[in-house]
Amino acid sequence: MAEVRIELIEKRIGQKTILPPLTLTVHDGEFFVLVGPSGCGKSTLLSLLAGLDQPTAGRILFDGVDVTDLEPRERDVALVFQSYALYPHMTVRENMAFPLTVVPRAKRLDRKRIEEEVERVAGFLGLSALLDRRPRELSGGQRQRVALGRALIRKPRLFLLDEPLSNLDAQLRASMRAELLRLHKELKVTTIYVTHDQTEAMTLGDRLVVLNQGRVQQIGRPHDIYAAPANLFVAGFMGYPPMNLLSARLGADSIRAGPLDLTRPPGMPPVDQAQSVTVGLRPEDLVVRPANGPGDEGNGLGVVRLTEPSGPTLWVTVELNDLNNEAFTIIGTAQAGFVPKIGERVAVSAPRTTLHLFDPTTEQRWGAG
Amino acid sequence: MIRLSERAWGYVFAGPAFVLVSLIALAPIAAALWLSLRQQLPIFGIDEFVGLGNYLQLWGDDRFWAACRTTLYFTTLSVSAELLLGFGFALLLNHLSDGAGKGLRWAHVMIILPWAIPTVVSAQIWAWLYQPDYGLLNYLLVVAGLTEGAIDWLADPDWAIHAAVVMDVWKTTPFAALLLLAGLKTVPQELYAAARVDGAGAWEQFRRITLPMLMPVVVIVLVFRTMDAVRVFDAVFVLTGGGPGNSTETLSIYAYKTLFQTLQFGYGSALATAMFVLAALLSMLYLALLRRHVQGSA
Repeated sequence: MAEVRIELIEKRIGQKTILPPLTLTVHDGEFFVLVGPSGCGKSTLLSLLAGLDQPTAGRILFDGVDVTDLEPRERDVALVFQSYALYPHMTVRENMAFPLTVVPRAKRLDRKRIEEEVERVAGFLGLSALLDRRPRELSGGQRQRVALGRALIRKPRLFLLDEPLSNLDAQLRASMRAELLRLHKELKVTTIYVTHDQTEAMTLGDRLVVLNQGRVQQIGRPHDIYAAPANLFVAGFMGYPPMNLLSARLGADSIRAGPLDLTRPPGMPPVDQAQSVTVGLRPEDLVVRPANGPGDEGNGLGVVRLTEPSGPTLWVTVELNDLNNEAFTIIGTAQAGFVPKIGERVAVSAPRTTLHLFDPTTEQRWGAG
Repeated sequence: MIRLSERAWGYVFAGPAFVLVSLIALAPIAAALWLSLRQQLPIFGIDEFVGLGNYLQLWGDDRFWAACRTTLYFTTLSVSAELLLGFGFALLLNHLSDGAGKGLRWAHVMIILPWAIPTVVSAQIWAWLYQPDYGLLNYLLVVAGLTEGAIDWLADPDWAIHAAVVMDVWKTTPFAALLLLAGLKTVPQELYAAARVDGAGAWEQFRRITLPMLMPVVVIVLVFRTMDAVRVFDAVFVLTGGGPGNSTETLSIYAYKTLFQTLQFGYGSALATAMFVLAALLSMLYLALLRRHVQGSA
C-alpha cells in the first residue's frame, strides 16, 4: 500500500524523447488507469515505476520515499506483463512461488509456508486444480490468472498491470475486469493499470489519466472525463463511437455547425460574433430519425452510409451536406424503433445541453480556463 | 495415375534419400563391421573369417584399454572446458549485444576465428607455440618467472595430453559459444524483466531462468562435442603423433596406426567399431538425458 508520486519524470534515449517531463500523483489504495494510444509513453512510465528502466531526470516517490535509484527488487512492486511472461519451464506452482523463493535466505519463508501461500492464492484465483501444469498447457485466461497470482503472492505495495487483458477474447476480458475489481476491493493495493482501451479505462479506474505523446491530457474520474473532456484529443479518444467534432460558427444565439443548427448553451461566455469553434457531439446525443416528419428545420438532412447495431443502440453514420454542398460525416443513434437502411434519407438533431465546445486553435475546452 | 496411400507415397519420395544415405553412410559401416570379423593382412596374403576373434583379442589388448582411457580423459577434459568457457563467452557476447556494442561484430569475428582455421593448421601453430627452444609459451613463462627453464610440453608424457586438450579447447570453444549464444538469444527478455520485478538477483536469474531454458542447447553442444572428441585424430596426431610412447594415443590414432601403418585391416576395423560403439553409447546417454529434461519441462 503506497501513495505514488511522480515528479517531472523524463526519459530520453540519445536525442530522442520517449517521455517528456511528467508529474502525477496516485493516491494510496487507488485503482489508477493510464490510458492512451500506442506509443504515448504509458508502458515506458510503467517500466520506470517498476524500476526496470532508469529515468533521465525526475523522481519517483513511494509514500514520500525516493525510490528512483532503487532496483526493482528493492521497490516491492509487482508487475503483470501484457504477454504474462510466465516462466515456461516451471509449473504453475513454481511460477507462483518464484517471488517467494528468490527472497534472500535470511528473510525467506520456509518451504511449507511458501507452499501454503501458493495454495491460498491459487484457491483465491481458482487455480487449485492447475498447480502442476505448465504455462503452455493453460488457456489464455488461466495464464492471466497465474500471472496475477505470481504478482499477488508477495503482497506488494504497488501493483502494476501492463495491458493485462489485451490478449483475451471479449467475453473473458469482461469477466477478468470484474475479477480485477473484486481483487482490488479485497486487497486494497495501490494499482496502476495501463491500457489503450478506453472502455477498460472507463470501467476500471477510480481515476484515470489520458496520455498522448507522453503528455498528460487530463486527469480525473472516468465520468468527469467523459462528461467534460479537457481538449480535442481526449474528446476524440474517450468514448465509443468517438465524439463527432465539427467546426462551427457562432451566431447571436445559435451555433451553426455545417448543416446543423444548434442552440447556444446557457452560461456560455460571451464571444465575438462569427468566431469559429469546434463543436463536439457524442453519438449517443445525436438522434437520427426518418426525414419526412415535420419540424425538420434546423436539423441536418443526410444520407445513411453505415449502420452498426450494438446491442441496445444502433449507431448510424450519416453523411450530411451543408448549404455550400460541403459533406460532413457524423455518427448518431437511431431513434428507438427506427432501423435505417443504407442510402436512406434521414434527419439528425441534437439536444443543446450536450454540446462540447472547443477552441480550434488551442484545442482546449471552451471556458476551461 | 498410381493409387498409393499417403504413407506409401511418403516412402517413395523419401526413397532417393534413403538410397543416398545407405550408400554414403551405412554401406561403409557395414563393410567395416564385416571386415572386423575377418583377419586380413594383405602383406602376408592372409584373409580369413575369424568371427569374434578380433574382438576377443581387443579385450585382452592393454594398448586398446590405454587408448580408451586416453580418449575418455581427453574427451572429459576438453568437452567440459569447452562447455564452461563457451558458456562464459556466450554470456559475454550476449551482454555486449544487448547494449549498443560497436565492437560486437569484431567480437564475433574474433571468437569464430579459431574454429575457422583447419585443425591441422592450428595444431601446427600450437606445436610451434609449445616448441621448447623457440616456442612463445616457454618464452613467456620464463620471462614472467613462472618456470625455471623451458618445458618440452609435447615430449613430456604428463604434459602432452594436456597440451592437446588446450589446443582443442582453443579451437572448438567458439563452436560451443555460438550455439549457446543462439540459445541465449531465444530466451525472451521479458522473462528477465519479470524475474527482476519478482525480486531475483543476477545469480538467481541465471540459475532459475537462463540455465534451465538453455538445457536443450547444452545437451546438443555436449553431444556434438563429445562425438568429435571421442573421434579426435588430427589435433593430437599433428601435435604428438600419439607419443611420447603411447601416452597420447587415442582410439582413432591407434586404429589409424593399426590399419594404415601395420596394415592389419581386420583388427583395425574392430578398433574402429569399438570407437563407433563408444560414441553411440555416449550419445544415447545424452539423448536419454535430453529426453528426460524435455519431458520434465513439456
